[in-house]
Amino acid sequence: MAPSVASRRQILSGDEAVALAAHDAGVQFGTGYPGTPSTEILESFEALGGHAQWAPNEKVALEVGIGASFAGARALVTMKHVGLNVAADPLFTVAYTGVRGALVIVSADDPGLASSQNEQDNRRFAVAAGVPMFEPADSQESYDFTLRAIEVSERWSTPVLLRMTTRVCHSKTIVRTPGYPAPPAAPVEFVRDIPSHVMIPAYARPAHRRLRAKLAEMAKWNDAEGPTVVFEGGTDIGIVTSGIAFQHVREACPGASVFKPGMTYPLPLVRMLEFADSVHLCLAIEEGDPYLVEQARNAGIAIEDKPEAFRFGELTVSRVRRIVEGDLSPEPKPLPGKPPSLCPGCPHRTVFTALRHLDCIVSGDIGCYSLGVLPPFEAMDALVCMGASIGVGLGMRHVLPPEQARRVVSVIGDSTFVHSGLTGLAEMIYNPPPTGHVLLILDNGTTAMTGMQEHPGTGRTLDHHKTGKLVFEDVARAMGIRRVHVMDPTLNPDAFEELVKSCLDSGELCLVIARRDCLLATASIRQYEKCNEQQSN
Amino acid sequence: MNSKVTNVVVAGLGGQGVLKASDIIADVAFGAGLDVKKSEIHGMSQRGGSVSSDVRFGPLVFSPMVPEGEADFLLVLEETQVEVNRSMLKPGGVLIDPSTLQGRKLRSEKSINVALLGVLSRYLEFPEEAWIEAVLAHLAPKLHALNRESFQIGRDAWSQ
Repeated sequence: MAPSVASRRQILSGDEAVALAAHDAGVQFGTGYPGTPSTEILESFEALGGHAQWAPNEKVALEVGIGASFAGARALVTMKHVGLNVAADPLFTVAYTGVRGALVIVSADDPGLASSQNEQDNRRFAVAAGVPMFEPADSQESYDFTLRAIEVSERWSTPVLLRMTTRVCHSKTIVRTPGYPAPPAAPVEFVRDIPSHVMIPAYARPAHRRLRAKLAEMAKWNDAEGPTVVFEGGTDIGIVTSGIAFQHVREACPGASVFKPGMTYPLPLVRMLEFADSVHLCLAIEEGDPYLVEQARNAGIAIEDKPEAFRFGELTVSRVRRIVEGDLSPEPKPLPGKPPSLCPGCPHRTVFTALRHLDCIVSGDIGCYSLGVLPPFEAMDALVCMGASIGVGLGMRHVLPPEQARRVVSVIGDSTFVHSGLTGLAEMIYNPPPTGHVLLILDNGTTAMTGMQEHPGTGRTLDHHKTGKLVFEDVARAMGIRRVHVMDPTLNPDAFEELVKSCLDSGELCLVIARRDCLLATASIRQYEKCNEQQSN
Repeated sequence: MNSKVTNVVVAGLGGQGVLKASDIIADVAFGAGLDVKKSEIHGMSQRGGSVSSDVRFGPLVFSPMVPEGEADFLLVLEETQVEVNRSMLKPGGVLIDPSTLQGRKLRSEKSINVALLGVLSRYLEFPEEAWIEAVLAHLAPKLHALNRESFQIGRDAWSQ
């Protein structure tokens, strides 16, 4: 099929390329929760004129995306890898229901933990949920595979996972568009389909069988016409790879034969077997878990795995050379650079200074304020995942001896509180520890860590227009917290410390909202508010 | 332009304009019709910590990351970050850091990134106008005069 518009050459990040493809394919609805390295996808999609919105968390984002898809719209849902854990519940069942409009779910993984709490490999989710998956290796493929994902999603009525990694999301490479003709979108209208969309057991049992049958068909399609790249080099060594590792492999081993599937679930195993048979040694070089290895071996393909040491962190050209040469000598450690820190004048600084003075046991959370763990504060004793500060703090309060329990505080940011702190607050009210508890919401008026995104607590949409606003103090009072304090900690740091101390001493359930806009966001927030005021006048 | 890939690493601290400098280099190479890849890690590193970004260009580029010890050019915007990144440079590679300016004063230290691009521009075969166009495209109009000046200071500081 001939391209419908003149080819254009651009330099784009992987994130921008996904947004452009979504725009070019007429995706009607984009939603997600900010998370490095995925955040820029929705922001770019909005800048291109697409409809994009931030959800309170990834689970809600996926559910809203499912609704849009059931209604016939093409939907894009974006998140970082750990976000897919939050969205796992709808993911596993939307695999059964299938979709109407295309549903593309971006999982942006972070091997090497540039900005995350773990380096989980979300290719496992595709297998566990039974959702087809594409893995781009650069921005061109990010563009092409988004279009492919839309096509596969609508052809087989299935959600599709687009699994990216930090180096694909944030590297800029050249994109030529249109790369691949997108199928036209169907009209959006409600079509009743109870057996497909209502997952009571009677309808879910056949849905599971349908899912397995679809996956078998997709595997055949992937073998026949999937976007697999094969380089025929020497027959001594053949490398099976995927994603960004492909680029390192091509550079480190220019003479080797290479097999790189673009759709990595279900894999083109017939072609992979032929490839493995065509070389003396078949070796998998993949970032993270031995995913390709296990899939290949389950299919009876003889394939060597990389040494375990290379499971950790990102791969690089040098590390690929080591794998191929069997070099297991210790790798040079990069010299430590300057670690990140809370900005000078950041309102969180006052809070952590107070918590340190009061010798608190701090159950922390995910955001800029995670940096409170580093010197000079070192005022954080636990950090697990989004929203965990409240539950973990409560668990400590329940079992510690009272003199220690009284020192426990939970510290959570504004965006994180909306993301998954509300249910923690319900637990706090429902199962109060004998010593009470103190929850601190560090409300800096933005999702600062990921680059100043809006959230339900700011009362502004993704594109900064006025909307409904979640007022934390009202929510907490309505939920049953009697001691609720709101204070700007920077106005009088001593008074703030005194307030926290009095809460700790009270033995009650207390919420302290430390409210002061992020320094980096203050000017923008003022600007948005001014624009919104003018519009409402 | 020769057939091999040119590797540039830009390093400094969060907020210094490391990523902007690497974007400008990528744009200049892109404008010359070359294959270009640019890699960076942002996120935590923006909170004042060490930041670095790789730009690679040539007829065909594979990995977006410069392999250790293969950088032709290492631009470091802050002296304390030189040693941290020195191992990126290949033997005989060129280090460009604030001392390269040989004491020439900039009207604003914030334009150190553009000044060092001025130095780099002397080593590469792209036209000067392409550099200036790319620099200005990345900056607000009120900063144009200042950065033209800093770019020129960098170009003047070059000696071989």
